[in-house]
Amino acid sequence: MKIFYFAWLREKVGLREEELTPPENVRDVASLLEWLKGRSPGHAEALKDPRMVRVAINQDYAAGNPPVGPEDEIALFPPVTGG
Amino acid sequence: MIRVQTEAFDVNAELEKLAAGNPKIGGVASFIGYVRDESEGAGVAAMTLEHYPGMTEKKLEEIAAEAHRRWPLEASLIVHRVGRLEPGAPIVLVATASAHRQAAFESCQFLIDWLKTKAPFWKEEETGQGKRWVEARAADDAAAENWTQKDPAAGPKKV
Repeated sequence: MKIFYFAWLREKVGLREEELTPPENVRDVASLLEWLKGRSPGHAEALKDPRMVRVAINQDYAAGNPPVGPEDEIALFPPVTGG
Repeated sequence: MIRVQTEAFDVNAELEKLAAGNPKIGGVASFIGYVRDESEGAGVAAMTLEHYPGMTEKKLEEIAAEAHRRWPLEASLIVHRVGRLEPGAPIVLVATASAHRQAAFESCQFLIDWLKTKAPFWKEEETGQGKRWVEARAADDAAAENWTQKDPAAGPKKV
């Protein structure tokens, strides 16, 4: 599973992207975020407030708690501020 | 047509190209967003725009397609810059072309309103107190949501 981080999430995690193989009990967005929090203090800090984290799966916004799989491209980022 | 680029754009050339060769076009509306030198009471020396390559283009294409679905457009254009920009620099150009002005004006506003809340760009400002990430504004969410409610395909609440 490929995970991308953008903006201040990228800075807090300290990585632009990582290739991970989550354990089997990680099957959806909520369990993925919970598992990621345990990877480092930076991850925990970046993901501590889920209201500030937007999730994209394969370059589309994830609404609710959809399933995630090993082939998915996941991106985690704050609310967007372009324009 | 949508484009993400670091270099500046030539507004006149872009608008001429948009309308060229199509005599069905009676009006072009455009919006240009610039970097300001002030934000939330602090001076801004520059800002850096980050984006999610791939998803950005996909979302801009979807937003443009939605505008073409809602209004009788002959052409549309979104050009968005990324990288470091100083005050006065243009960030974004949105333009729409239609037979009549109402469709052009409305769809132009729609494009910039939706872009602001749906396209994955992030701004980091350089101020006297250091760097800071721009926070999303509730007013921008409200402006985008307003268009969701106005969608004639969305339900019985027709405008």
